[in-house]
Amino acid sequence: MSHSTIYSVLLALLFAIAAGLVGSFAFMKRMVLAGDVISHVALPGLGLAFLLHFNPLLGGGATLLLGTILIWQLQKKTGFSTDSMIGVVFAASVAIGAAVTPQEDLVEALFGNFQPLSPFAFAIGVFAVLAIIGFVYRFKDDLTLILFSPELAAATGVNLDRLNLYFLLAFSLTVLVGLRFMGGLLAGSLIIIPAATGRRLGRSISGFLLASCGASLAAVGIGFLLNTHVLRSSALGPIIVLTSAGIFALSLLKQSR
Amino acid sequence: MENILSVQDLNVAFGDRVVIRGLSFDVRRGDNLAIIGPNGAGKTVLLKALLGLIPFEGSIHWSPASRLGYVPQKISADREMPLRVRDLLKAKARFLKLSLQEVESVAATVGLSAEVLSSSVGILSGGQFQKALIAFALLGDPNVLLFDEPTASLDELAEDRVYELLGRLRRERGLTVILVSHDLSIVYQSANQVLCLSKDRSCIGPPQEVLTPETLESLYSAPPKYYRHRHGDFSVEPASGFKS
Repeated sequence: MSHSTIYSVLLALLFAIAAGLVGSFAFMKRMVLAGDVISHVALPGLGLAFLLHFNPLLGGGATLLLGTILIWQLQKKTGFSTDSMIGVVFAASVAIGAAVTPQEDLVEALFGNFQPLSPFAFAIGVFAVLAIIGFVYRFKDDLTLILFSPELAAATGVNLDRLNLYFLLAFSLTVLVGLRFMGGLLAGSLIIIPAATGRRLGRSISGFLLASCGASLAAVGIGFLLNTHVLRSSALGPIIVLTSAGIFALSLLKQSR
Repeated sequence: MENILSVQDLNVAFGDRVVIRGLSFDVRRGDNLAIIGPNGAGKTVLLKALLGLIPFEGSIHWSPASRLGYVPQKISADREMPLRVRDLLKAKARFLKLSLQEVESVAATVGLSAEVLSSSVGILSGGQFQKALIAFALLGDPNVLLFDEPTASLDELAEDRVYELLGRLRRERGLTVILVSHDLSIVYQSANQVLCLSKDRSCIGPPQEVLTPETLESLYSAPPKYYRHRHGDFSVEPASGFKS
């Protein structure tokens, strides 16, 4: 295995940890579907990048950032839920993405591609993932208090507005790192499915976070092995998602309390 | 005794709807202030303004030494959330940079058993949940506690226990208490100051002066009933006078 492939695998595994952590809190905030939807906000940027021949992640990242700030602003202005505002922004993004992406690049934009990584791209990816993990570690208690009661959290001194923005940014950054492997259509699925598995297995917040990360790591690891050694397919994203769904199905064997 | 809170010309409105207009009052250290009034009079809104949770006009000045604890009226805890009572208390303790021993200390103070501490917040009974909220409020060693109808969803026995606990906390810790309550007998027995709120007027004073049949009738727009509220002795009496 070449160095650049090892970089890709390592980054995919680190991404899995970040997705498990962010997904757990998104699950408790009842906004997991937002992960799936928010990834679509990257589509116009991906499309433009393919059209104008620059790095797709730059394009996807730019529209994700713009979309995230737009969602946060709309949410503040209207007082509506994050989910509903994501819904508004996402529909327009998919339409723009589908219109501007060249036909031959549409599959890669939607389903991702697993190509070896340069050391520079690897370093940027690792930095992004560490920032996400650091955010969850630093704000775990603040997020827990908000989940229990936004009003009590505010009375305790938590800055709700700022934390909501940070969480949306961490969420979008997670989606952005996942875009490369999973594509715009599936990048959010690693935020959803391992969190659902983790909720089946974890009895406390820490247990939930650990189980989600474990399920996410297993999905990426097993998916990668299946893709490389068994199926020899180019569609890594769908294989990882199916593996993740399989792990969730296994978690159903555990009796509900 | 010095004022711990001074409110001057407070106005709170949501869009065109004015909820509190021109309210002024002071609270002295160690006071037990009860806020009463009909539904929609702005009692909860006043507490939220005092906590800085909603925008307002006018002045709310807390003494610099004040530390606030808050028990809200109702929280719909998500039953799906894997959050144990101990983890919730620890989250607040870590946020406030307190020693984690504080968690055990407040749990012992309010009588939260090890079993309740290890339970998920979504499966607690009403009384247990209220105790957990009081323990949450006590973290950080507040010297002012704000309670918004602390027994609204409890049966009489659980309600009595919560008020016993509040009385004990107040005596042992010398707390200033600001309490929203519909239970006029509790207000009469425990408060030394009563703030009445209604759309048209507000008044403040000792219960003997404020809780008169005339004031209550004008406040609630109906002849009030009240309870002589003693353990093992619950009876409804007409509003011909108050008995201690």
